[in-house]
Amino acid sequence: MLTAALLVPLLGALALVVRPRWTARAARGFATAVAAVPLMLLLLAWLRFDPAGPLFQLVEEAPWIPSLGVGYRLGVDGIALAVAAMSALVFTAAAAYPVETLGRPRSYYAWLLFLEAVSLGVFLALDLLLFYVFFDLGLVGMYFLIGRWGHGDARRSALKFFLYTLAGSLVMLLAILALYLASDPRTFDMRRLIAQQPLAGAGTAAGLALLGLVIGLGIKTPLVPVHTWLPPAHVDAPGPVSAILAGVLLKMGTYGLIRIPYSMMRDTFERYALALAIVAAVSIVYGALVALGQRNLKRRIAYTSVNHMGYAVLGIAAAGGLARGAAEHARAVALTGATVEMVAHGLITGSLFLIAGSFWQRGEEYDLGAFGGLAAKAPRLAAATTVAAFASLGLPGLAGFVAEVQIFAGTFGVWPWLAGIALLGVLITAALFLLLLQQLFFGTLPARWESFPDLARSERWVLGVLLALVVVIGVYPRFLLTLIEATTGLLVGTP
Amino acid sequence: MPVGDLAPELALLVAAALVLVVASFLPHRRHDLAAVLALAGLAVAAALTAGRWGGTPRLTFAGTWALDGATAAARLLILAVTALTVTLAPDWMRSDRRHGEHYAVLLFAALGAVLLAGAADTLELLVAVLLSSVAGYTLAAYHRGWPLSVEAGMKFFLVGAFANTVLVAGVVLLYGAVGATGYAAIRQRLAAGADPAILLPAVAAIVVGLAFKLAAVPAHAWMPDVAEGAPVPAAAFLTIAPKIGGLVALARFLDLLPEGAVPWRMLLALVALATMTLGNLAALWQEDLRRLLGWSSVSQSGYALMAVVVLGLSADALPALFVFLLAYAVANLAAFAVVAELRGRTEIAGYAGLAARRPAAAAVLALAFLSLVGVPPLAGFVGKLGLFTVALDGGYGWLAVAAVANTVVSLFYYLRVLGTVCFDASSGEVDVLGRWSRWTMLAAAALTVGVGLGAGWVLARLDLAVLVL
Repeated sequence: MLTAALLVPLLGALALVVRPRWTARAARGFATAVAAVPLMLLLLAWLRFDPAGPLFQLVEEAPWIPSLGVGYRLGVDGIALAVAAMSALVFTAAAAYPVETLGRPRSYYAWLLFLEAVSLGVFLALDLLLFYVFFDLGLVGMYFLIGRWGHGDARRSALKFFLYTLAGSLVMLLAILALYLASDPRTFDMRRLIAQQPLAGAGTAAGLALLGLVIGLGIKTPLVPVHTWLPPAHVDAPGPVSAILAGVLLKMGTYGLIRIPYSMMRDTFERYALALAIVAAVSIVYGALVALGQRNLKRRIAYTSVNHMGYAVLGIAAAGGLARGAAEHARAVALTGATVEMVAHGLITGSLFLIAGSFWQRGEEYDLGAFGGLAAKAPRLAAATTVAAFASLGLPGLAGFVAEVQIFAGTFGVWPWLAGIALLGVLITAALFLLLLQQLFFGTLPARWESFPDLARSERWVLGVLLALVVVIGVYPRFLLTLIEATTGLLVGTP
Repeated sequence: MPVGDLAPELALLVAAALVLVVASFLPHRRHDLAAVLALAGLAVAAALTAGRWGGTPRLTFAGTWALDGATAAARLLILAVTALTVTLAPDWMRSDRRHGEHYAVLLFAALGAVLLAGAADTLELLVAVLLSSVAGYTLAAYHRGWPLSVEAGMKFFLVGAFANTVLVAGVVLLYGAVGATGYAAIRQRLAAGADPAILLPAVAAIVVGLAFKLAAVPAHAWMPDVAEGAPVPAAAFLTIAPKIGGLVALARFLDLLPEGAVPWRMLLALVALATMTLGNLAALWQEDLRRLLGWSSVSQSGYALMAVVVLGLSADALPALFVFLLAYAVANLAAFAVVAELRGRTEIAGYAGLAARRPAAAAVLALAFLSLVGVPPLAGFVGKLGLFTVALDGGYGWLAVAAVANTVVSLFYYLRVLGTVCFDASSGEVDVLGRWSRWTMLAAAALTVGVGLGAGWVLARLDLAVLVL
């Protein structure tokens, strides 16, 4: 079933490439339908997932390079399932959202479906090498999507994105190989690596491997100071592609942190957890401050991603910190919070970037100063933006709050002073989103926006579904928490 | 003497002679037949090699020739590469007056490369280097009416003459130190102890001499010129086949040295570092695609040397070397095949908008470049994965880190080309060459993907790639 979730979008992409005649409309409809199939399959997997069962479920295996201990291994735990289902939803939304494909709808939607397959592959892989394969392929798909369909200095941004993240992933590969070489018998099987903890007590080597993993995954997340590829990539990418970049690709970094160093190098991760938490706190505050200073709509949202992903990393670091046994509950809460943050950030920031795409489609303009007074012209757009912005700044009753309250609760149990510093970020974020809303929707309406169309039907539907889910998670998070806590309990408790 | 042990080499020799005869007597318009004949010769040689795959490793011909898994793997690889360069040639060479003879020279050059891989005697090694070089000069300068081609041949020859002299000096010094030319005897006497004052210069000279074959620092200077000026099919051959032979020869020779007798690992690691870094930095701002491929080929030699550095320290070093060479061969062939298919189009600016005009050629070029970078699941990924693994395993983690840094640098220039190909507006019509080159291009691309996905199968076969001594 998980294999089908990867195969269907790949075949869909192939169909788009092979069959020559597609209108933009037909290609979009087809891509949306195909992108929704993995979503259905993952929801089905959710129903079949047993919260009281073992860590990894629904496992599918086949040999690939047996002499190296590499296999095609798929499976999910609660964290992977939650993030993968959210990703599939964001992909479906991105495919359905109207976008200018510059006369090449076929290849645009083909790349989109290809990217969906490999992104889901990252979350579903139970083999480290397979994980790496999908992780790298995601770069290729994103490179072509930004470079070809972006605007502004898209080629340069795409190049910067690829260079940065490939550097990160190669450093990560070396660390993965260090884990592989230390395992006995040598294997890339995640389950065996988690059980073996191969580099436990290896001193410097383990420290270096952890450093490699944190650099590689930190670039993807992104953590300050290796975040500088993110703003140009976001600004120059088309709206739906930005939504995918923020909603799905960034999650690979934090998901990887949980899956690899947190699970496979418990001792070493624990030793350096405080350092990681400090980097996360810096990201939180710095990201929020820089976001506040941006006058470009997309750039501002992009920097809030640095801030939000900082919360997720803080949660993961807190979950790994302090000796085992002590504060176990706090650590489980922090890890659950981090996972909910990933899901919430995907939905919320995905919506925000889609909205930014709508602004671009209407006027090819991102400068906040150029807008104003749109609340009367486009009430639906204003309403959607307001909900997304409030969710992003952590208003109770919306998804962001559920995540952040758990992260902070967990971190307070481990490092209270650090949680205090990180709270500053929440304050700044609140200010910057309120200012954003004010600049876009209130004040006087500039003359050039006299005929500013409100959200079209397809835009309404897509944003409606995403934001409805944000509210549902905010009001009734239990359905999500049951799934995630099944895994975080096991992860925090395992020796 | 067991002549049968050399059956594949003899098949090559006979095929080359036959091609020469046929080319002399057939009218020029029928010279495609010479290509078919050459392919038949290569097929026979490959079948003879494959037929004895997995036999007991041993020395033959009075200890001058190694008949082991490494020789067999190198033979098959070189034969396959030669076959693909043969199929690349008919469309390209048809307008050349000496079309048919080209295949004969190509077969001689292939024979030289195979001899390099199998030589187990320093004098045999010399013969192999000379044969491979002389045939190589001819191939590079084949278009004698075209100044660039002649210049390429000239530079190749000058660097080669110098490097070959150094190699001869090394062989002589080594003979002076141990009094033997056969590898078995050399190993025995070295184990008993040798004067490092003679041994070190001898080893250094032999390494430099062989570095010429793989275009490694300090004998790399010919590579970009040959890639730019030689006929494209010949350039494809010269950037790959001698490299395979040279690396196996290097591994075979260095494996003889007792651990700690000379600090060759560190020296070779520095050569690898210098080669990959220089190749990549020089490729960065090239405006000519063929020169860029030449420099990228230099840097790839640097990566390949990593496996030789850890030979004997990591059990999988030799299989990793072969997988990397296979991956490099198919991707590099695919890239050169695209250049040939586009009638030798060489300025990067001329590739603008190729994705819209010639989607197949653009896609193959993208696959080839991404494979050279090492993006999974293409062949190049499996190649680099193996190299990184053995480098870490052998305790040369810093070399792996350097290779990673270099890979990121290399991505920059490959993407410069791909960006032009995929994102720029197209500039006019793009003419293509013909059916032979088109199918070669597609076959190389299919292999680039296939080797990556079928890595398990390939690696299982390469377990037998061992050195007899």
